[in-house]
Formats: sequence, C-alpha cells, structure tokens
Amino acid sequence: MSEESKQSSSGADMQSDIFSKETEGLSQAQIVRKRFFQHKAAMTSLFVLLGIVFFVFSAQSIALGPVKYPGWWKYDYEQISDLRIAECEGGVVGCPSLDVFPSFIDGTPMQIGEHPFGQDDIGRDYFAMVMRGAQRSLLVMVIIGTLGAALGTVIGAIAGFFRGWVDAVLMRFTDFIITVPTIVLGSVIGYHFGNLGAVFLAFFLGIFAWTGISRLVRGEFLKLRELEFVDAARVAGASTRRIIFKHILPNAVGVIIVSATLLMSGAILLETGLSYLGFGVVPPDVSLGLLISNYQDAFTVRPWLFWWPGLFIIAVALCVNFIGDGLRDAFDPRQRRGMSRKDKASLASGESK
Amino acid sequence: MFGFIARRIGVLLVILFGSSYLLYNLQALSGDPLADFKTSRDPEVESQIKATIEQLRLDVPAPLRYFIWLRGVLGIFIGQPDFGKVRTGEPVGEILLDAIPVTIRLVFGATIIAILLGITIGVVTALRQYSRFDYSMTFVAFLMFSLPIFWVAVLLKEFMAIQFNNFLSEPNIPTGWIMGISGFIALFFGAILGRSRRTFWIGFFSAGAFTALLLAVIDARGWILEPGIGPIFFAIMSLLIAFGVTQISMGVGHKPSLFASLSVAVVGSISYFPMQALFKRESQLPVLLGGLVVAFVVAGIATFIFARIDRGPVYRTASITAFIIGIIMIVDKLMQTWGPYVSSGEVQYRPVPTIGERNPLIETTDFWVALLDTLLHMFLPTVALTLIGFAGYVRYTRGTLLDVLNQDYIRTARAKGLNERTVIMRHAFRNTMIPIVTLLVVDFASVVGGALITENVFAWRGMGTLFRQAIGTFDLNLLMGIFFVTATLALVANLVADLLYSALDPRVRVGSGKS
Repeated sequence: MSEESKQSSSGADMQSDIFSKETEGLSQAQIVRKRFFQHKAAMTSLFVLLGIVFFVFSAQSIALGPVKYPGWWKYDYEQISDLRIAECEGGVVGCPSLDVFPSFIDGTPMQIGEHPFGQDDIGRDYFAMVMRGAQRSLLVMVIIGTLGAALGTVIGAIAGFFRGWVDAVLMRFTDFIITVPTIVLGSVIGYHFGNLGAVFLAFFLGIFAWTGISRLVRGEFLKLRELEFVDAARVAGASTRRIIFKHILPNAVGVIIVSATLLMSGAILLETGLSYLGFGVVPPDVSLGLLISNYQDAFTVRPWLFWWPGLFIIAVALCVNFIGDGLRDAFDPRQRRGMSRKDKASLASGESK
Repeated sequence: MFGFIARRIGVLLVILFGSSYLLYNLQALSGDPLADFKTSRDPEVESQIKATIEQLRLDVPAPLRYFIWLRGVLGIFIGQPDFGKVRTGEPVGEILLDAIPVTIRLVFGATIIAILLGITIGVVTALRQYSRFDYSMTFVAFLMFSLPIFWVAVLLKEFMAIQFNNFLSEPNIPTGWIMGISGFIALFFGAILGRSRRTFWIGFFSAGAFTALLLAVIDARGWILEPGIGPIFFAIMSLLIAFGVTQISMGVGHKPSLFASLSVAVVGSISYFPMQALFKRESQLPVLLGGLVVAFVVAGIATFIFARIDRGPVYRTASITAFIIGIIMIVDKLMQTWGPYVSSGEVQYRPVPTIGERNPLIETTDFWVALLDTLLHMFLPTVALTLIGFAGYVRYTRGTLLDVLNQDYIRTARAKGLNERTVIMRHAFRNTMIPIVTLLVVDFASVVGGALITENVFAWRGMGTLFRQAIGTFDLNLLMGIFFVTATLALVANLVADLLYSALDPRVRVGSGKS
C-alpha cells in the first residue's frame, strides 16, 4: 500500500512536470501524439493490434490483383488433411497440438505441432481457418469504422452547426436510416451482397453505419456552438470554416474518436453477428463469426473450435477500445489538468495519513 | 412546443412512408417467393403456384403492390389495420401481437439493469479516476464491450445454467467458494469506498466479513432451497434502505428527508403482514398497482408532515425509498414461491433453463409461479444482454462526468462551500444525464436489433426470430409488419430524445424558429 502511494506521488510529480513543460513550443498534433505515447494501455494495445494484424495477414495467402502472396503457414483454409487422432483425450479427433507449457509443468514439451489450433470435424486445419477468418473480420472492421465515422462526422457537424432547415433535412435523413436497425439492414444487405465478398459487404454496411455518430456529433456541436468561446471567435471575425475546424471540431474530437472506436469494435461484432445469423460472410469463405456459429454446439465435445475464434474477436475488439481510450485522453485539452489536480488531491490525502 | 411536436410527427410519417417504400421494393427485388416451387416435383405444383400468386398478389408489380399493403395498414386509423397474411396463412397482425411482448420483455429488463448498473459504476470510476478501481473497471467494461453475445450465451448456458442446476441438486457452498466470493466483494467495496488507506481497509473488512457471514448462514440454514427474508429482516432492510437513499440524495444530516424516508420504511415494514394476505388473492394486478399508488401516497404524506420547505427533493427521496421497499417485498414473495417451484415435478431441481421464454409443462393459474417461471427464463438472456450493454453506459457516463467535473461552474459550486455530495449529485450528475438520455433513447429504439441474435441463441419466439424467418422465406408481409413496429418505435424514441434534450438543456433551443 505504501508502495502504491509512493508510485502515485512520483506519478503526480511527473504529470505536473509534464504538464508545465508539455505545451511549450509544441503544436496541437505534437501534444496529442506525446500524450498518446504516454498512455501505457493504449500503446500496448496498439502494438498488440499491429502484431495481430501482421501475424494474421502474413499467415494466409492474400491476392492483390495479379500479385499473390502465398502466406507462411503450411496449410490453406480450404485444404482437408488427415484427422489427428494420437494424443487426444477421450477419443475425440482433431484436438489442438499447441502446447505452451514446458515439460516441467505438464510433462509434455513445448511445441507448436502439426495443427496448433486443432482441426474441424472434416479435418481442415483450424489455425488456417482462424487466420483467414480474422483477416476477413479485420477488413470489415476497418472499412465500416472509417466510412461510418467520416460520414457521421461530416453530417453531424453540418447539421449541428448550421441548424435551421439544414439540420432539419439532415436529421430527417438520419432518422430515415435509423428507422431500420443496423442489424436488420445488415441482414438484408448481407443476404443479398454477402456472396459478393466481405469487402462489398463491409462497404454497404459502412454506408449505413454513421447514424449514431452523426447524432452524437450534432449534439456536441449544438452544445459547443452556444458556448462563449465560439461567440468570442465570431466577434473576433473568424470565418464559419475557421470556427468549425479550429474552434468546435477540436473540442468535439473526443466524442468522435470514442464513438469511432466503439463503431469499429461494434463493426467486428456486427460482422460476426451477421455471419452467425447466416447473413454475413458466406461459405466457403470464413469469418470469425461464421466459425463460432458453425461450431457453437461443439462446445462440450471440441471446445477449441469455440474458443479460438472467440479469443481473436475479443483480442481485436479489446485493443481497438483501449486505443480509442488513449486517443480520447490525448485529444481532450481539459483532461490533463483534471488529472494532475486529482492526483495532487490523492497525494495530499496520502501524506496526511 | 405543440406546433413543434405536430410538425415533427408530420415529418416522421413522411419518413416512414419513404423508408417503408424503399424497403418493400428492395426486398421484393431481392428474391423470388416462388423459388421453392421451381424445383418442386409435386404434380400439383401448377395450382400451388397459382394459389400463392393469388394469396400474395404477385400479379401486381411490387411498386404498386406496396399501396395495397399500405391501404391495409392505414386501416389503423379506422381501427381495422390489415397487415396482410404470412405465407402459411395466418394474419401478420396476430403473429406480431404475440411476438412483441416477448421481445419487449427480453430487452426491457436488460436495458433497465444495464442503465442502473452502468451509470452507477460510471459515476464511481469517474470520481475515482486513475485509481486501481478505475483501471480494473475500464478493463472489465472494454472486455464486455468486446464480447460477441452468442459467444457469451454459450458460456452462460454451460456455467450458469447447467452447472448451477447440478449444484442445486446438492446445494452446499464449499468453503473455498465462500472465501473467494467474499474476497472479491471485499476488494470491490474496498476499492469503491477507499479514498485513503483507512477507508479502504474499513470497506474491505466490513464488506468481506458481511458477505462471508451471509454466505455461511445461507449455507447452514439450507436457505438456497427455502429462501425468504421474513418480517424482521425485512424491517431491518427497510430502515437501512431509508438511510442509504437519504445519504445519497440529501445526506442523513438533512432531517426532513431522513424522517420522511424512515417513516416510509416503518409503514412499509408494518404493511408486510397485510400484504402477505393480499398476495394470496386470485388477481394480483390490482394488488400490485394499488400497492404502488399507496407507496407513493405514503411518501407524499410523510413529506407533507416532515418538510415545510423544499418539498420536491424530500418527496423524491421518500418515494424512491418506498419504491425500493416495495420491490423487496415482491422479491420476498418470489423467494417464498421458489421452494415449491424448484421441487415441483415439472422443474425437478433444474430451475435455470437454457432455451425458451416459459416452461410449457407448467399449467398454473397462480400469478407468482408464472412470474417466477418467466423471470427464470429471462435470467440468462438478461444477464447476457446486461453484461454487454452496461459497458457502454459505464464508459459514456465516466467520460461525460469527467468533462462536467472540469467545468467552471463545478469549481464555483465548490467555492461556494457546498459539500461534495451536493456538488456531485446536484451540479455535476444532472448535467451528465443530458447526453446519456439521448444515448439511452436511441438504444431503446434498436430494441429488435439487440434482440435479434439473443432471441436466436436462446430460442425465444419474438420479433427477431420472426424477422429471420421473414428474410429466409421472402415473406414480404411479415417483414413489413416487423419493420412497421421497429420503425415506429425508433421514430417515437427519436422524437422523445429531441424533446428530452431541449427540456433538460435550456441552451438547446428546439423548434424556436417558428413556433
């Protein structure tokens, strides 16, 4: 406990030092970058996510037009090989050969083996399938998130700033899209465009994914445009464009970033949900949701078919959320001040004890 | 304001018309409802096709067929809506009327719990920013946010239903579990209360010891199979709740509030006995509604007696106390029903079901057995939806409250010498609720979206299941019926969000242009 208070005291000193120094001679972007790099959880998540992306995309073959990258993993996700029977418990076939514990813990040596994630019921290599599924899911996530956030910010900002009939028209249009719940719309889209491939599916879903963000951004703009600093800027003769981009948007960017990351992690779940319902990525292609959906009843017999895709979904979504959190803290100009004050308060109460 | 609402409703109807027209044609274009017959080898196939064409009016092209559907729906204004028939021949209206309550039941409970839990934890994490509690709750929230619901559902079915049912056949809590659970609760409350080292350990030990004692007593008395609170514990709990609610809302130093809620608690404790008799009556709805009204009236009388000025907040405190005590009384009655229910032949000590919305074997007219059965069937889906839903509220509440706490008017409030609770609850928390209300209402609008997967996982026959069926069989009438319900819900929710926003935040001027 005393160790903790020592940590927090040194942390507070460091924070206030940084606070006094950090804005000297730095641009807004530099400050944000610096703050983001100091956010441990976000930086860890960023590296883990990049690691996952690199690992996943290099494992299986990708074709970009005529260029085809083969992938370093020996099996393809569609390839059927003999079921591994040896060393399985309870007479189940196709169990994972991955063993992360060295022999002095569980008696068997560490190994990757022939099928590290095991095999599915007809003998396809599950590692290859999970890698391919993760590729699809990541792709869908990025496309939906970027498209949705960009459209939502633009529409919400315009509506919130100009109000009046512009707001009315844009928000009625948003209502128009909102009337159909995302997953319902996604199901209709997925049912008809799912066979065109994951990229098309993601694109069509992204076109309809901006409604939530646009409402939040509009609300934020409605609130911010009434504040004194906007009036001050207007009195000082700033143009509309300058007010939107230099004065209001930086204050709203926290909301945008947070909801964009939520949208991204929501997008990966949307895709898995649609695939689960059978309206998303269609076989023979695989996605993480499709894998879980196919093997959910296998939980008691072949639990690995259920665990691996789920763990990948969670890992990716978790990383994205933490990165969003770090970005939010980095963008928020008021965040740092509040933090050092809080830390000082806790420091003071710690010293009085 | 009235002009604004009327204008909005007019615009909403136009939107509904546009989007339904779009969806109708999109869906009509996308597949052939006669596809099944094309591959059929039935010799009667010709007449079947003819019958289907006639039934679904396929002879009329889709852009025009929409208006046939619309004419049926517009019958709602003369009290005779006609949503057409599904492909098996039943009217869509009746099917929807069966399905809507199922979906609402599924989502409503989960959303309420998620909101209460999420806002509470969100406020605490904001007040304890950058503490260990904050970090662990942030992690938990993000983890929950990252879970696919069907994945959680499978785990819940395995560990909370199957294994809990196994446990019930031999209900002894192992000592290790008691220690583990108590340790967890102790850490949780220690972290919430712990501003300094001393309060941390006070919270840690009192919460841990209390939980361990409670579990040990529960285990020793065989409470799990024969639960119940009993009049004495009920009275003690009522008084504690009165103190707790007063402390949070006004502070126990505020005498009128304290006396008002305490007298409400006393009245509640006394009414325990007559309520037991009333709970045995045939029809329960009037009893419950009457009880609710009486509770609020008692709160009003107590306020009138004890408070001369500032009656609003006092009444709020007293009525919240009354409401919670009422809920506990209902929980107590359900606990008394639990024993006979669990040991009955239809349940056979496996009370937590994994699928369905009610037990088809139970044919009872007893209100409490039916309610308990429904609640138990709601248990797993509600837990799943809550786990996933509450994370968003935690994050959002935390972020908004932190923003608010850094505002100048909070510093002003502190500088005036107001105590911390008043600053947090009256100045900061209220302003935090403004954006959360918007989020909340939009969340309610996506009711069917949220339920779609959950209903499929837990095999509930609600609108989500119907929707999947409608897409799969190209059932236009059914799809449009579902759309009609969800779209209306969504639009009403958005209207409510706008109105609430302008009501809560005087800076936002809704419809100030003309009306």
